Amino acid sequence: MSTGPSHAAGEPLAELDDLRVWFPAGGGVQVRAVDGVSLTVRRGETLGLVGESGSGKSTTGLALLRLVDPTSGHVRVGGRDVTRWSRRRLRGLRRRVAMVFQDPQASLDPRRTIGASVAEPLVVHRLVDSAQARGRRVAELLELVGLRADLAGRHPHELSGGQRQRVGIARALAGEPDLIVLDEPIASLDLSVQAQIMNLLRALQRDLGLTYLFIAHDLAAVEHMSDRIAVMYLGRIVETGTPAQLYRQPAHPYTAALLSAVPVADPKVERRRRRIILSGDVPSPVDPPGGCRFRTRCPQARPDCVEVDPVLVEVAAGQRAACLYAGEAVRAMRGGPA
Amino acid sequence: MSGGSDGTLRRTLSALRHDPPAVAGTVVLLLLLVVGVAGRWLAPAGVNDVDVDQMLRPPSLDHPFGTDELGRDVLSRVLVAARVSLEVGLVSVGIALLVGVTVGLLAGWYRGWVDNVLMRGMDVLFAFPVLLLAVAIVAVLGPGLVTAMVAIGVVYTPIFARVTRAGVLSVREQVFVRAAVSIGASDARIIRRHVLPNIAAPLIVQTSLSLAFAILSEAALSFLGLGVQPPDPAWGRMLYDGRGFVTEAWWLGVFPGAAIFLTVLAFNLVGDALRDVLDPRQLTVSEANRSRA
Repeated sequence: MSTGPSHAAGEPLAELDDLRVWFPAGGGVQVRAVDGVSLTVRRGETLGLVGESGSGKSTTGLALLRLVDPTSGHVRVGGRDVTRWSRRRLRGLRRRVAMVFQDPQASLDPRRTIGASVAEPLVVHRLVDSAQARGRRVAELLELVGLRADLAGRHPHELSGGQRQRVGIARALAGEPDLIVLDEPIASLDLSVQAQIMNLLRALQRDLGLTYLFIAHDLAAVEHMSDRIAVMYLGRIVETGTPAQLYRQPAHPYTAALLSAVPVADPKVERRRRRIILSGDVPSPVDPPGGCRFRTRCPQARPDCVEVDPVLVEVAAGQRAACLYAGEAVRAMRGGPA
Repeated sequence: MSGGSDGTLRRTLSALRHDPPAVAGTVVLLLLLVVGVAGRWLAPAGVNDVDVDQMLRPPSLDHPFGTDELGRDVLSRVLVAARVSLEVGLVSVGIALLVGVTVGLLAGWYRGWVDNVLMRGMDVLFAFPVLLLAVAIVAVLGPGLVTAMVAIGVVYTPIFARVTRAGVLSVREQVFVRAAVSIGASDARIIRRHVLPNIAAPLIVQTSLSLAFAILSEAALSFLGLGVQPPDPAWGRMLYDGRGFVTEAWWLGVFPGAAIFLTVLAFNLVGDALRDVLDPRQLTVSEANRSRA
């Protein structure tokens, strides 16, 4: 069981417990997209979930909404185990947990108006009892995300990428959810628009008391937004902690490598800093390496790492890492001979 | 994607207007519709007005399409028979559309054993030559207008099932469908509101093309004596009756044959134009027109 750091005050809102999601890949083999993940999202916080493509971060997010079926483990939302709930039963749950997708163009039905898309949760969950009330609520939601209410009559292709993502957010808010899974919500947007959407998400969280699971492929995207960050690699969580902890004192070599990929805005620091370049590709999740999964790319891999599959251990208050040489390996990478 | 639903109709119409074959096809279809509805009143003579003094007369001012071996006015019979062709076409394609789309939706959406059972059943139907299957069905149910409609409907069902299933399989993987699931929408709602509108274009095209083939099939069944029963006029039946006089009375075969030809051609022209215009890979109407030029 995962227990978050004590500073996050809220009660657990959603929990994954030793979750595995394996997909059949033909020929009898299984893709182990998520392979033993435990994490807890607490009410009111933002949990950043970071990893490369193929790390299983998006599948983890989908599993939280039961949009994919877990192979084993448990999904709990609001204290209730929803792992085995039927689709019919899940429909009620889906009002409380919403999702914002990476590609706002693809996530909106091209044949339906913006208003119809935003209103869909209202209709599905019977939250309004008349067309007028629905129209008013849609206008309210559009204004809440910084769009003009008259966009309700437009179609997605008439909007810009940033506007479309605002529509996606408005739709997610329509059911007044407790938790929103943000699956790389800014990754496919222009840089200038990314900042606007981040500010919007932050303002909405403050005003509406939302809880976020924020999925991203780099640490920089979630650093300023997250109360805690979990780093995923090949279907496992390899390190969790506060942004400050991970930035100042990463304990897992993979976290350190991810951090070193983030450019520093100060040219002097940027010139001096040592970058850790990982060699090779992420191994196939069909047949992950035995022992530590990161060992094939770890600059500090040692003989033990082949034998022992490391579990998450506390390395500082609220910071946990799954590395046999947590801390030590990172110090060696950063300070040791090049 | 071809854009929003309100713009699609307008754009489709405007694109079709700049396409001469499509315009010609549409004009023929409109005429056919008028004749189909009002043929009985447009006809200069009754369809079964036998006149033994006027047997096998060539086209003249009195009988523009000539008369048949019983002295009946061929023009009147061709006009009245249009209704039969249209009825059979619309009803049989309607049956095929209703059953085929339902089968395709269920197969594509639920996949697994549902898909296997339904689509293998469709494959069985698909494996028979169209006419052979239609004849077999009529043989079981007995000849007549209604059984011809049912038979042709059954024959064209697998095409609609396949077109629908293919569309569903691609649409169901779209993110907006997953988004609808994440909202808590029911299967029925997702299929109705998200899947169907996004596969409407290929279905519209298939419908217009199938109408042509259905009318042709009806003519074939009537020719074989398995469709409309005499003395009611039907184009295929008139061809059959005229075949014995083909050397001495060419008008008996040519005019109903031309009616079949024009009708099928018109449906095909409109269907082809719709296919080009509604193809979601075409971004704009002007692109659609350019690529057709």
